[in-house]
This record gives sequence, C-alpha cells and structure tokens, in this order.
Amino acid sequence: MIVSHLPVLQVVVPLLAALIVAVVRSGTVSWMVTFLVSSAMPFIAFALLFQLLSSGPFTYEIGGWVAPFGIEYRVDFFTCFMLIIVSFICVVAVPYARLSIASEVSPGNQPFFYSLYLLFITGLFGIIMTGDAFNAFVFMEISSLSSYGMIAMGRDRNALVAAYQYLIIGTIGASFYVIAVGLLYIMTGTLNLVDISERLRDVESMRPVLAAFVFLFVGLGVKFALFPLHLWLPNAYAYAPCFSAAILSGTATKVSGYLLVIFIFRVFGVSFEYVTAPVISVFFFLAVLGIIIASVAAVFQDNVKRVLAYSSVAQVGYMMLGIYLANLSGLTGAIVHFFNHALIKSALFLAVGSVFYRLGDVHLRNLSGIGKQMPLTMAAFVLASVSLIGLPGTAGFVSKWYLAQGALERGMWPLVILLVFSSVIAVIYMGRILEVAYFGEPSSSSVNVREAPASMLVPLWVLALSSIYFGFDTRFSVGMASKVAETLLMGSG
Amino acid sequence: MMIDLPPFLIFYIAALFVLGTNGRLRFAILLLAPLFGLINLLFLEGETVHTLSLFGEVLTITRLDRLSFLFGFLFHIAAFLGLIFSLHVKDRVQQVAGLLYVGSALGAVFAGDLLTLLVFWEILAFTSVFLILARGTARSYGASVRYLVFQVFSGVLLFSGTALYFYERGSFSFNEIGLVDLSSWLLLFAFGIKSAFPFFHNWLTDAYPEATPTGTVLLSSFTTKVGICLLARSYPGTELLIYIGVFMAMFPIFYAVIENDLRRVLSYSLINQLGFMICGIGIGTEMGINGAVAHAFNDVIFKGLLFMSMGAVLFRSGKMDGSALGGLYKSMPWTTGFCLVGAASISAFPLFSGFVSKSMVMVAVMEEHYFTVWLALLFASAGVFHHAGIKIPFFAFFAHDSGIRCKEAPRNMLLAMGLSSAICIFNGIYPYLLYSYLPYVVSYEPYTFAHVLTQLQLLFFSALAFCFLNLFSLYPPELPGVNLDFEWTYRKVIPLIAWRVLLLCRLIRRFFLEYSAFVFDEFVSALYRYHGPRGIVVHSWPTGVMVFGTILLLGSCLFVYFLNTVIN
Repeated sequence: MIVSHLPVLQVVVPLLAALIVAVVRSGTVSWMVTFLVSSAMPFIAFALLFQLLSSGPFTYEIGGWVAPFGIEYRVDFFTCFMLIIVSFICVVAVPYARLSIASEVSPGNQPFFYSLYLLFITGLFGIIMTGDAFNAFVFMEISSLSSYGMIAMGRDRNALVAAYQYLIIGTIGASFYVIAVGLLYIMTGTLNLVDISERLRDVESMRPVLAAFVFLFVGLGVKFALFPLHLWLPNAYAYAPCFSAAILSGTATKVSGYLLVIFIFRVFGVSFEYVTAPVISVFFFLAVLGIIIASVAAVFQDNVKRVLAYSSVAQVGYMMLGIYLANLSGLTGAIVHFFNHALIKSALFLAVGSVFYRLGDVHLRNLSGIGKQMPLTMAAFVLASVSLIGLPGTAGFVSKWYLAQGALERGMWPLVILLVFSSVIAVIYMGRILEVAYFGEPSSSSVNVREAPASMLVPLWVLALSSIYFGFDTRFSVGMASKVAETLLMGSG
Repeated sequence: MMIDLPPFLIFYIAALFVLGTNGRLRFAILLLAPLFGLINLLFLEGETVHTLSLFGEVLTITRLDRLSFLFGFLFHIAAFLGLIFSLHVKDRVQQVAGLLYVGSALGAVFAGDLLTLLVFWEILAFTSVFLILARGTARSYGASVRYLVFQVFSGVLLFSGTALYFYERGSFSFNEIGLVDLSSWLLLFAFGIKSAFPFFHNWLTDAYPEATPTGTVLLSSFTTKVGICLLARSYPGTELLIYIGVFMAMFPIFYAVIENDLRRVLSYSLINQLGFMICGIGIGTEMGINGAVAHAFNDVIFKGLLFMSMGAVLFRSGKMDGSALGGLYKSMPWTTGFCLVGAASISAFPLFSGFVSKSMVMVAVMEEHYFTVWLALLFASAGVFHHAGIKIPFFAFFAHDSGIRCKEAPRNMLLAMGLSSAICIFNGIYPYLLYSYLPYVVSYEPYTFAHVLTQLQLLFFSALAFCFLNLFSLYPPELPGVNLDFEWTYRKVIPLIAWRVLLLCRLIRRFFLEYSAFVFDEFVSALYRYHGPRGIVVHSWPTGVMVFGTILLLGSCLFVYFLNTVIN
C-alpha cells in the first residue's frame, strides 16, 4: 500500500521532519533526525526507479485529484536520475555536517540550520517530481528561501550580504518564472506541464509565448547561474558554511538546470525552434564567454572556495553547451554532467570544508604545506580535482567526451577546442592550490593542524572515489543520461 | 610460471609499495620492479593481451607486436639503470613519481587504442613534472610550469585528435594513420610535441637541465621515445617527417655550441638524435624504420649514460657550467671513462652502439636518393661529435683544471654507468642481437670496409682539427668551437657566416627567453587586472547593479524576439 505513495513520501517526509527538527532544541538530536530522514531518501529514490523499470513512467495524483484539476507527480527516468543525484549527495554529506556545522554555526541556530536543510531538499525533490508549473514555483521558493538561510548562517559577516544579494536576485528570478507561468496559463488555460505542451501547438498568437519563454529562461538562468546571471554565486558559496556550499553546488544549480531542460525540450519542444532558438543561442554565446571568463577568474582567486565557485560557473557553461547542441551526445553530456559535476564539486567543497574545520580559513596563503598536515583530505581533493580537470578515466572526462562528440556531430569543432582549453585553465587553477598545499612549507598557522576526523573523511572519500569510479563504470550514469536525452529529444521531435 | 600483467601495472603497484615502505625493503622494490616487469614482458603472448571494456568500447590495454615489445624491453632496461642510478636518493616523491612515470611510458607504448593512450599520456605528463619540481630551485619551478604547459598542450591536441578520430572512424583503435584528415594532423602534432618537434622543443631544453641529477636521466629516456614509438607506428613514410627530422638534427648543433650548461648541451644533442630517428621514420622503408627504432634503443642507453655522468658531476661538484668545470678526471676517473664511452657511442665511433644504428638511417636516406638530406645528416653527425663527443667530456673532465677536488661518484651511480657502458659496447661489437628484435628483418651489415672508413675519416679529421686548434690556442673555451664544425663540414663557407648564424641564434634565444617572458608577464598582469580579486570581472557588485544587469539581459532577449517577429 505504502509503495503506491512513494512519490509523495519523497517530498512529505523531509517536510514533516523539518517541522520536528525546528522545535527540537538540541543540535545533536536535530542532526540525528536529519540523518535518518536523509538516509531514507535514496531508498525511496531507488524504489521509484525499480517501480519505473518494471512498469514504465507513471504519475501520482496528490490527494486523489485528477491531473488538470489536481497536482500530479510524474516519475520517469529523468526524475529518477535527478532524485538519485540529490538524495545520494545528501545522504553522503549529512554525516559530514555534524562536526562541520557544529564548528561554523552557533549552537542555538543548529536545529534551525537542519530544519532549513530539510526544507531545502523538500523543495528540490518537489521541483523534480512535480508535473505542475506553479507547484514547481512553490517548491522553488521553498528551496530558495531555505538556501538563503543556509548561506546567511556562515561565520563570516559577509555571509549576510551574500545571502541578501542572493535573496534579491533569486527572488527576481523566481518572479520572472511566475510571470512566464502566468503568460503560459493565459495562453493555454492550464498549469500542468504535459497539457501546456500539448495546447501550445494550437496557440494562435505567438508573442505571449515568446515572452513567456524569455522570462522563463532568464528566471531559471539566475538559479542555474548561467554566465552573466551568476553574480550571486561566488559570494554565496564563499561565505556560506562549507557544508551548505557543498550541498548547494551539488544539487541546487542542477535542479534548476533540470527544470530548464524540462521546459525547453518537453514543454516548448525543440520543434518550436522559432521560440527557443534565439534565446538559447544568446545564452550559448554567453556560456562560451562564461566558460573562459569564469575559468580565468578562478585562476586569480585567493580564496579556495571562490576558486571552486568560479569553476562551478564554468561547469554550468558546459551544461549549457550540451543543451544548446540538442543532439543525443550533447544532451547526454549535459545531463551526465549534472551527475558527475555534483559528485566532483561536492567532494571538493567537502575537502575544503575539512581544511576549514581544522584551519579556520581557506585563503590560499594559509594553505601552504597543508598536504603534509592533512594527507587524506588533500589526497581526496587531488582525486576530485583530477576529475574536475577531466583526465581520462574520471567522471569529468566522460561528460566532456560526450559534449565533444555532440559538438563534432554538429560540426562545431571549435567547441572541442574550447572544452580542452578550459580544462587547461582548470589545470592551472587547481594546480595552483595543489602546488601551495604540497610544495609550500607549513606556515605558522597550519603547522599544528591535524587530519580531519573520520566522520568528515568518509563522506569526502565516498564522493571523491565515486568521481573516479563513474569515469570507469558509466553504465548507470551515461546509461540513464542517454536514455533521458533520447526521450527528451523524441518528445520534442 | 604464469604471470600475465599489463606492463604498466607492475610499476604502478611498485609505486604504491614504495609509498608505504622504508629502507632496504624500498630499495628492493625499486630494483625488483623493472626486473619483474621484464620477466612478465617476456612471458606475454598473443597480439592483444589485455583488454578492458569502458563505456561500450573495448579498449586494448596491451598490444604486443615487435615495435611495442622492443620499446617495452628498452624501457624496462632504462628504468632499471635509471633506478640504480638514483638509488641513493631518499626523496619518496621522486621515487613514486619516477615509477609512475615509467609505468605510464610503458602504458603509452603498449596502448592499442587512442583512449588508453590518452590516459597514459596525461599521467606521463603529470608525473614527470615532479622529477623537475623535486630539484626545489626557483628556476626548476619556472621550468616545470612551462614544461607542464607544453605537455598539457600536447594532451589537448591528443584529446581533440582522439575525439575527431573517433567521430570520423567510429573506433579508438589505431595503427598506421598517415596524414589524411584533420584528426591525423592533430595526432601528429600531439606526438610531435612529445618528440620535441622544432618550435615545440623548448620544454625539453628548458626543463631537462633544471631537473634533479637523477630525474633528468629518467626524463631523457622516456617522454621523447614514447613520441618516437608512436610516430613510428602511426606515421611511417610521411615525407614531412624527413624534413622535420633533418631540421631537428641540424639546428640544435648551433645552440649546443653556444650553451654553457652541459646538461643543456646534452638536451640539444638529444633533439639532434631525435632528428635522426624522425628522419628514418619519414623515409619509412624497412631500413628507415629499423634504423630509427634501433637508434632510439641505443640513444636511450648512451644518452642516459651521458646524462648519468653529468648527473654524477653535478651531484659531486654542484656545478654544471662548462666554464666552471674542468680537470675532474683526476677526481672522478671512472665517471670520466664511462662518459667517454657514452661520448664515443653518440659520436658513432665504430665498435660503439651509435655507429650500428645511425648508419642504418644514413643508408636508408641514401637508398631513397635524398642526397641533400644525406649531406645534412652528415653535417649533423660531425656536429654531434663536436658538441657531445668532444665538448662534454673535454670541458667537464679535462680542459683547464678548475681546482675542484671531489669524491668519485657513489657506487650505485658507477654501477649504473658501468652497465650502460657495457650495453653500449656490446651493441657496438655485436649488434645482431638488437637487430634480431627490430620490427623488420635486417639485411644490413654495419662493419663493411666502406662504412667504417667513412665514419673514421669523418671522426679523425674532426678530432685532428680540434687538437690542432687546441694546441695553437685557437680554441678558446666557448664559442669559436663552431668554426671547427663549419670549416670541417663546409670548407668553403667563410667563418663570418658562421658567426652571423651564431649571432642570430643568440638573438632568437634572447627573444624567446626575455621577450616572450615579457609578453607573457604583460598578458598575465592584464588578465589579473580584470580577473584578479579586485578586477572588474569578479568584483562583488552592488545588488542594484546585479538586478539592473538581469533586467537588461531580459530586455535584450525580449528585444531579440521583437525584432524576430517584426522581421518574420
């Protein structure tokens, strides 16, 4: 019986847990509840996957209301893939959170932090599952509002400003999204994504639809941190608690990207080339620019978290390239990069968080010789960096490989050069950190630093090793992503 | 005995063990890895020995044919000698990096497809950097960064080439490619950078002299030979390579003459030897390929020997400039002797290994009637004799007595040099064992009257001229040495032109060293102005500006659509 309600459980369980955690006054208890709930998430996600494999895509009607009137949750390969990404990152990272958060957030605020965290994943799961445009907005607001809080709890006073800026810009993004949904509702009279896409075919006047698409793209682009709309991201990641940065970088941007992909390919459809093409081209050129500019910017940052943040902006650019290419290989590359980049970047942020936990600072000048003091942490950092750079045999390579093939299929070989060129810059900015960490003499501040505790090392290593593992065994990652890309392209074609 | 491991794996595992062991056990692992690897290699059977499935493609990890076997064999020997030579080094980073580096070189020569190659290519680049960095000087740091840039660039070309190759042919496996399409050009230059093609060679002469005394020995043996092996496999008979090879054989001679750092002289001479090999590959006949591969084999040993002897000098005296050394034969008689063997081998003295392989390339060139090329190579041979055969031993061990009194090289170094010398002499006296393992059947007889006489004439007259000039004090320590070369090879060319060439070379070198550094600095500081923490790009904008930017973007996108609908 419960099995038939799994889709809603994925969303409701963390939501209820968030309420419980908010009234608990102890950091440890709230962490334990969070841990328990997060551990259940991948089970639900995988149970949904098995259900999907046995019976094909299915829907779930909330409260028993049938689709056009009620809200439906849709379970297909794309949802399952995203659910697995988010729940995997969460379950791995939560054990890490206890010490990390205990050191960065004041005791009184810790239950609130965990409560926000649970609301945050509620929002993400909701966005992934829902088949209703407005419901997606509600969940987007839930996840965004809680992420503002998660950022603002950073120890640095700048965290408040960063969160405020993210709040303003994020709210504007969300408003654009609502405006887009409103325009679509006016034109089609429905909020259900499937219905919208069907009725759009018969819409007479295109202008509101065009405007809707622009609003939608810019709105989601803000959340996705597409190049010129990324300005909130570096500060947010740099000043947020390290755990928040790891979770945000691993999941939040990916889920916005997911929604964007759904709208482009499933709702508007590539057949509406005349709708989607101009904006996508504009953002494609901006993405190309962004890949270069953000990579170069990463080279010159002196705060390691900012280096990683700028690298994220560049990586989002990769995903945008795949969306622009809109062929099987390219889209597979973009979607598999959702997964691979989530692993890589979360691993990197967790490693930085471990250093922060011991050292209290992650400016490059203070990291000198840290490789000798924290060998395990930094070794995991090296693995994840290698994967970020995209050396063959790592997850990062797989994404780039598919993007490169996608570019070649479109005859756009300069993009291949762009991909490798940006990898070269990645070598420089990651190499800069590693060089300081391994070849610098331990400074006075780092000489007494010990290795991070096991509860932080294990999550870190799980992510770091999986960022290598999924470079060798791509049956799951590429298998899912190519299936998703295939259905997306078919649905639109 | 059934051991059946991919050759690279043994070195990787050894590296792992070295990481966790100390003292004698670590010595034992370092020495046993290449020996065990050699046994493993001899027992491997079949064409494609190891395969691996990776995202739907079957990758050939170990491809065993005559070419890869010979290079694999050579690399094991070179690794053994190099590791003996560096046995006194206590630095774990160097040892681990060295083993991984050797393993990756093996992986690259045995790779049966481009993707496997790409993996080892990148690891090769990244592990070798540590051998340069380990010297720990500011110069070595700069050199290692520039080195890495070149290596990564070659990786970039290989990646693009591989992607395009896969797209065009639907498979990663490669053998003879030939210059047919864009991907083959990309791959040629990827291999070419590793083989120090002219204008892409600076990483070699820049970084090798800055590495540790022991690191250079390893570096000189592997990276470039991986390039040669792949060129021999994929681009035999590509005419372009003949001219590239000739150019590579010629131009380093001038630089070697004006260079004072003896290990840099050897680096130039390394490029010069690579030129011979690439020329042989470009000829592409059985004789040409055999010559190139045989010369690669011998070059690894004798160039390694020369780098070892210079490494020993550097290790004991701490100096590497020709002008600061001299008279060391009194302190280091054994090293001197071994260095002379290496010098004789590289100069292709009969009964030494260089003679039996270099002359194969020369004959291959002659057989295909490239007369000018042949003359140029002859000139290059004489040049080699001057800068590697005479200059290196002369300035280090003889010449004026610099007053340096140091101990003889450590025993492990002497042992390594002794073994290398033995191989040089053995291959020189009895080349038939080497010949029997070459890719094609050898029908070449090195010790004919004509071959020996030609070579001896070349060598003795050049030596005579050197002695003559030296006796009459016409051979000052450094520069005019080149006049000897010029006079001897092109008697008609007036020394003035030689001087002009030298001056030009110096100018070019200064340009590359100083001006390029200047341009690079300017470029970086410009980037920093815009991208640095205070730069406009990463400036933390006020919220209002962010919002305005977002609206602006929205507005312009809407405007694009407006235009679109108006036009339509």
